[in-house]
This record gives sequence, structure tokens and C-alpha cells, in this order.
Amino acid sequence: MISVDNLSFGYSDHKILSIPHLEVQEGQHLMVLGSSGSGKTTLLHILGGLLAPTEGKITIGKTDLYALSNQQIDKYRGQNIGLIFQKPHLISALSVEDNLVLAQYLSGAAQDKGRAIEVLEELNLGHKAKSKVKALSQGEQQRVTIARALLNRPRIILADEPTASLDDANAHKVIQLLKSQAEKYKASLMIATHDQRVKDEFDLHLNLTAA
Amino acid sequence: MNLFKLSWNYLKDKPLNTMLNILLMSLGIAIILVLILLSTQLEENLGKNKRGIDLVVGAKGSPLQLILANVYHIDFPTGNIKLDEAKGLMRNRLVKSAIPLALGDSYRGFRIVGTNHDYINLYQGEVADGVLWSYNLEATIGSNVAKRLGMKIGDEFFGSHGMSDAGMDHDEKSYVVVGILEPSGSVLDNLVMTNIESVWAVHDHEEEHEHEEGEAHDHDEKELGSAYQTGLPDGDSDDEITSLLIQYRSPMGAVQMPRMINSNTNMQAASPAFETQRLFSLLGIGVNLLRSFAYIIIIISGLSIFISLYNALKDRKYDLAIMRSLGASRAKLFVHVVLEGVIITVLGGLLGFVLGHGLTEALASSYEKSEEVGVTGLVFVNQEIYVLLIAIGVGIFASLIPAFNAYKTDISKVLADD
Repeated sequence: MISVDNLSFGYSDHKILSIPHLEVQEGQHLMVLGSSGSGKTTLLHILGGLLAPTEGKITIGKTDLYALSNQQIDKYRGQNIGLIFQKPHLISALSVEDNLVLAQYLSGAAQDKGRAIEVLEELNLGHKAKSKVKALSQGEQQRVTIARALLNRPRIILADEPTASLDDANAHKVIQLLKSQAEKYKASLMIATHDQRVKDEFDLHLNLTAA
Repeated sequence: MNLFKLSWNYLKDKPLNTMLNILLMSLGIAIILVLILLSTQLEENLGKNKRGIDLVVGAKGSPLQLILANVYHIDFPTGNIKLDEAKGLMRNRLVKSAIPLALGDSYRGFRIVGTNHDYINLYQGEVADGVLWSYNLEATIGSNVAKRLGMKIGDEFFGSHGMSDAGMDHDEKSYVVVGILEPSGSVLDNLVMTNIESVWAVHDHEEEHEHEEGEAHDHDEKELGSAYQTGLPDGDSDDEITSLLIQYRSPMGAVQMPRMINSNTNMQAASPAFETQRLFSLLGIGVNLLRSFAYIIIIISGLSIFISLYNALKDRKYDLAIMRSLGASRAKLFVHVVLEGVIITVLGGLLGFVLGHGLTEALASSYEKSEEVGVTGLVFVNQEIYVLLIAIGVGIFASLIPAFNAYKTDISKVLADD
């Protein structure tokens, strides 16, 4: 599903990241572990098409990601990759529902309010659809970002420290939620974390160490 | 969801900021529109009223006053000229036509003008009701006079001396209305027109009355004017008129006549074209000053749009990065930010348009003379389009730098900076 070859990022004298080969099969989930500064976020950004690697090739399915033009990458990401960040970045000028519709619009997908509500309801947020983002709690906001990531039925879900700002109970809930949703959409889930509470949730681990 | 709705939601999220920017923009535009509306209408009307008049000849004094009094009927006459001298001038081979005017009286604020039918033809005046004057003490009135004073054919009235309401009435001889003109958008609308001899008769009568008291007069005798259609009335050597409106036979006239009149006679010649241009260059200083002031307001509003977008983008760089991560291209974000500037200026422009026209109309209706000058807020001048385009240009320009910043947002860096 995802394969990484000869990936390196950084400058000749200062390598931040170097991965000779990595492969994640369809339906497999990967936990990327490592202390801060080890390049977890960099790896996720490279996989998500947000940051071009210095060297190497990223293949998702049959697509060589960085052989695409910038605009094609934006489009590909919008349609195939769901991103979840440590902080729940939502567009505060819009309602919860409109945040999801915006994601449909920007990815070029059809704007389907029904689908947005459906995803919100899966995450027990149906009643918050018309709320302003600011009126939501931190945990609710994080769930909205998950809903947003799932909205376009992505093939890959990339989550960067999704549990860092959550308490124990919520942290486990979020991981379970991500796992079950990923399985439901038959997507590969990759979580980058240094959170000891959640590292044993997945079998497949990638340990990064600061270079 | 679309870019317009997205930009609109951002603007709605900061209502005070948006309101301020829209208000600033609309204020600048409104001031410019008021100036444009007033000056173009004024210029147009002044131009319309001086058409066909190459030279005004009257008593010595201020040339501008001569023009204002005899062409536009807004200033007091400079004095009178001798009928004999006027007759001499009319025989000049450089003169194609000359229309005599005898001013000095008014009726309830509207001027009584002694002249002939040529004057009506000069402005292509049409009779709406009744006929043009021919007998002495008959008067044909402009449409606005009839409307404002509620006068109709057969009404009799006394002229009063001077140009204002407060003048003394000539209460011995009354005029009778024989005709009402169609509205023409020219000075005719606001004038009471009669024979020159009628104006003389009203004044002579008083003198006779004082000096030859007791002598019998036949008040009922109707006397046909000696030159009610064209030319000058017979009169005697003591008679005077106020001015002559001259049209040259050839461009040669423009070279020779003013100098000839100004240096060789007791009369003064002034060119309406030259004097109105001079008037406008005097007024122009004030208009230009106000106009620059308004443009400064527009520039400041552009600056204000720039600052609010620029500041907002600092808080919004995460939003922009997220939008990129959701699949938005750089170009889309660029347009998204520019759209915000454009929405503000378009709204400001529309509000300014309404304000400008409303203000002009309010000014026009609160100032009673404006109808005479022909100013209204309910017309559209082509120049306005340019002002609105300039305003939208300012909005786009103000949002270019913020938009470019949005364009080059480094998503990875912003998102990693948590």
C-alpha cells in the first residue's frame, strides 16, 4: 500500500531522517515512535505530501507521490489522505458542519451534507453539527478533526500525536476510534507518537531515533 | 461551500473590523461621487445655458458678474447700456444675431426678463400652454415658475423692483400671463419673459407718476410691442437695456469685437466660455482639494483592509495550512484572501454609491436654488463606474501582499510548529 525507498531528509551534514525501506500493507497499521526531534512529524509530512523529501521515493498504491505536480499532490492528498494533528486545527469562522463541507469542497469531492452528518454521528457529534467550533471542548474538537479526516474515505490516515493533549481515558478512546474507523474504511493508519500510554496498541512499530 | 462563502464567513467572524473597513471605503467613495455628481451636472447645465452665446455686452463692471447676471440669471446686473449704443452694435457686420435683455425686476424671486422671441428660440423653448407675449405687459412664464407659484394663464401680477422677494412692488401696472413654456432644462424654466417695452413701461410709469401727477392715462389701451419677435424696440434716446447676447458671424468676431467694445465704448464685452472656464478654475481648487481628501480616505481604507488582512493572516496561517492539507491549491488560497478584500470594497462601493446619491439628492432638495441649477442625486454619471473600479482595484491591491503570503505558506513548517 505504502512503500518508502531510500528516503532521506535534511542537509548533507545534518540528516534529520533516513529510511532505506519501509512498507505498510493495505489494512496494516503502523505506530511511529520516537522522542521529540526524531523526525516523526517530518516523516508524516513527507508521507502526507506536505513536505518533499531530499531524496527517495514514496509510492502510495501505484502513485509515485512526488512525481506529481504541486497542485496534483494537493488534490491527491485531499482525496486519499486523512490528516490529524496534535492540536485540533479547525476553521473557527465556520460551523462544525461547514468545516466538513469545506473539506469536501477543497478536495474537489461532491459537497454532501448528508455524508458530513453521517460521519459526525458515527463519532457522536451529530448534535454539534450547527455549533461554532469555539463552543466545543478540546476532546470534541479533536473528534471533529477525525471526522474531517475520515470524511472523504481516505486510503491512508496519518495522525501526528493525536493523544498528546488528551487525558488517559480520552487517549485510549481516540486510538480505538481511529483504529475502528480505519478498519471500517479499510484504510492504513499511521500514528506518530511518543505517548507511552498508546504505543502498545499496534503490532507494527517503527522506532526513530534522533540522528 | 465555495471560496466566496468561505471568505464571507471569515468577514462575518469579525463584524466590527469588516464594518469599519466597509464604512471607510464607502465614505471615500460617497464624497467623490457627490463631487462628481455636483460638478458634472453644474458643468453640463452651465454649458447648456451658454450655448449659442458668443459674447455678452453690458455695462462696465466685473465680466464674471456680467455673465452670471445675463446668461445664468444668478447675479445682479452690472448696470444698463444705452439703447442707441446697442443699436449701433447690432449693425456691426461681425454680428450675426443679437438678443437684447432688460433686467431689473422680479416676481416672487423669479426674474422678469424683457427680451424678444429670439431668446426663447436660443434655448429651443416650446410653449406648453397659451402663446408667447406680443403686446406690452403680456408675459410668458417658465415651467418652474408656473409650478412653484401655481400660476396659470390669465393671472395678473405686479413685478417688484430688484432681484429678491423683498423688493418694492411696482403696483401701478400689472403683467398678465399669456403663456407657459414646456420644461427645457435651461434658464427659461425659471424666468418670466416679456417685451422690453413692458419693462420700460413699468418703470416709466412710476417716473411719470411722480413728475406729472394728475395727468390722465389710459390704462386699458393694449399696445403691440415694436420688436417682440426679433431686434430692438424703437424707444427714445433715454431708453436703456441691460445687455445684448451676441452670436458672431465669423470667428473673426472673437478676435475683433471684444477689444473694440471694451476700448472704444462705454460698454463691456465678456465671453461666457472664457468666464465660466475661469469660474471653474476658481471652484476647481476647492473641488480638487475635496477630491484629493476623498482619495486619501479611499487609500486609508485600502491600508486598513491591508492591515486587517495582514494581521488576521498571522492568526490564520494554521487555517491556511489546514486548508492546503485538505487539498486546496496555492492559487485557491490566493483567491480566497483576495476575495475578502474584494468583498469589502464591493460592499463599500455599493454603500458609497447609495450614500453618495442619497447625499446629493438630500443636498439638492434642501437647497431651493438647486432646481434652478438643475442638480439631482437621481442620475448616473459614467465617471462613477471608474471610481467604483478604482475602489475595487484598491481592494485587490491591498489584499495582494496578504494573499501572496497565503500563497507561499509552508504547510509543513506551520503544522510542525505546534
